[in-house]
Amino acid sequence: MLRRAALGVMTLWAASVLIFAGTQILPGDLAQAVLANNATPENVAAMRHELGLDRPAVERYVEWLGHAAQGDFGKSLVNQRDVAKELAPRLYNTLFLAVYAALIAVPLALVLGVLAAAFQGRAFDHIANAATLLAISLPEYFLGYLLIKWVALYLGWFPVLANVAPETGFFGRLYLSFLPMLSLVLVIIAHMMRMTRASVLAVMASPYIEMAFLKGLPKWRVVVEHALPNALAPIINVVALNLAYLIVGVVVIEVVFVYPGLGQSMVDAVSKRDVPVVQACGLIFAAAFITLNMVADILALVSNPRLRHPR
Amino acid sequence: MQLFGRKMPLRAQIGLAIVIINLLAAIFVPVIAPYPEAEVVGRAWAGSSAEHWFGLDNLGRDILSRLLYGARLSIGLSLLITTLSFSMGVFGGFAAAVLGKAADMVLSRIVDLLLSMPALIFAMVVLSVLGTDLIVLIVTISVLDATRIFRVARALAMDIEALDYVEVARLRGEGLWWIVRREILPNAVPPLVAEFGLRFCFTFLFISALSFLGLGIQPPNADWGSMVKDYSALIMLGVPAVFYPAGAIAALTIGINMLVDWLLSINTVRR
Repeated sequence: MLRRAALGVMTLWAASVLIFAGTQILPGDLAQAVLANNATPENVAAMRHELGLDRPAVERYVEWLGHAAQGDFGKSLVNQRDVAKELAPRLYNTLFLAVYAALIAVPLALVLGVLAAAFQGRAFDHIANAATLLAISLPEYFLGYLLIKWVALYLGWFPVLANVAPETGFFGRLYLSFLPMLSLVLVIIAHMMRMTRASVLAVMASPYIEMAFLKGLPKWRVVVEHALPNALAPIINVVALNLAYLIVGVVVIEVVFVYPGLGQSMVDAVSKRDVPVVQACGLIFAAAFITLNMVADILALVSNPRLRHPR
Repeated sequence: MQLFGRKMPLRAQIGLAIVIINLLAAIFVPVIAPYPEAEVVGRAWAGSSAEHWFGLDNLGRDILSRLLYGARLSIGLSLLITTLSFSMGVFGGFAAAVLGKAADMVLSRIVDLLLSMPALIFAMVVLSVLGTDLIVLIVTISVLDATRIFRVARALAMDIEALDYVEVARLRGEGLWWIVRREILPNAVPPLVAEFGLRFCFTFLFISALSFLGLGIQPPNADWGSMVKDYSALIMLGVPAVFYPAGAIAALTIGINMLVDWLLSINTVRR
């Protein structure tokens, strides 16, 4: 387990190198890009010096990582504001939305998946199968706009734009971010549910389940007590993978609903080529992604004793 | 209806029909599109009528024509990228499988590194520095995609390489290149075809998502993703234009998925 955690830290460090290399060493000249129309040779040279681009890349990397570890991501190239201060409330918003979606999607997916497995081949299973296949194939923004069209505009239950402000209260936030949350839930629930169904069914085919049936246990007890615990490891993995997918989904959904989160900052920063902000957002997203993957592997180890002692 | 000597179920037939319709539209746009892509032909946001089936867009261009030209760009670009990434991924994957432990280590670690971040985030980081140039877009997505294909190709080649007939060829004194070309590749083709479909879908959705975020295809060109972005603002006024490109994306993805599901199922039967 320690080894897996160490591997996670290593990966995170590698990702930081990758992000830094992606933004600094690639052939695009940042100074030229920032100055755009004012890019006289003297201006470019001055800008390169100001950005520290005339120093060796390794030195700049160490400095950047050191500051980033202390929560200092430098200043925005566009408006000169402190990146960490700008992003903090947005990070909170994004976390709020992601946790909100995860708290609803995960239990729902597990229950529906187990139900679909229990009613295998019946109407419920077929409907669930068709619905999830549809949800997997639809792009996030399509779902988002469908919800806007029907729930926000036609029924008028929720606002179209999820413009939460720092002073919005907890329940106000729940209400305003309901539609973005629902779109995210729809995006990730389908895959989780299908995998839950598949892994429960795989376990259901094993001899000890037949034994449980033969000794006369009711079906729900066999599914919940005998099949589910053994199906748990792959399910945990899928849940974590989908939560990691949430990170990508959240970027698009935030743009659809104009939700003031990290994803939207990153999109804005990329189109304005505001590199410090992109680096900070990229690092945060990558950290979340890697952490989730690591947690998934560790939980899988914990839930399955057979994996704990590798050969 | 039959394909590859097997009867196609209804779902696969529907999928195939959707894919063929889209491909035909993409190929024959100049013939079937009622208006040029960029020509302003009337009042902005005019509703649908006999001349303009899907109405006009924010500048007064015919939405149907733009959809058809968008098909050409979206599908053409996805095909190009998938082909590129497949060449890289399959080549790298086979190399890792047959060139021995050291090469495998190096290639696998590089791929692990690239896979350690969500593709969208990584692409955004690269695009922020290099700008949203078409070439940059193509290269970035192909490389990111190739990492996924590398894994599949490597696993496939490893499986096949362990089989007896490869050993026989080796003992016969055949060269490495000959073995890869004549023994491994032909046996890896059926699963790779299904993988191609899946990767195409992924690439297609990925480009659309980037364009939707305003970081992919830049105006005046338009693919379906950037059309969704352009038309989305009007949804609050009740103009449903955003659903035409978004629906087109969804339909093609579902169609390919239905076809690929079937391809995967005949592959597993055959093994």
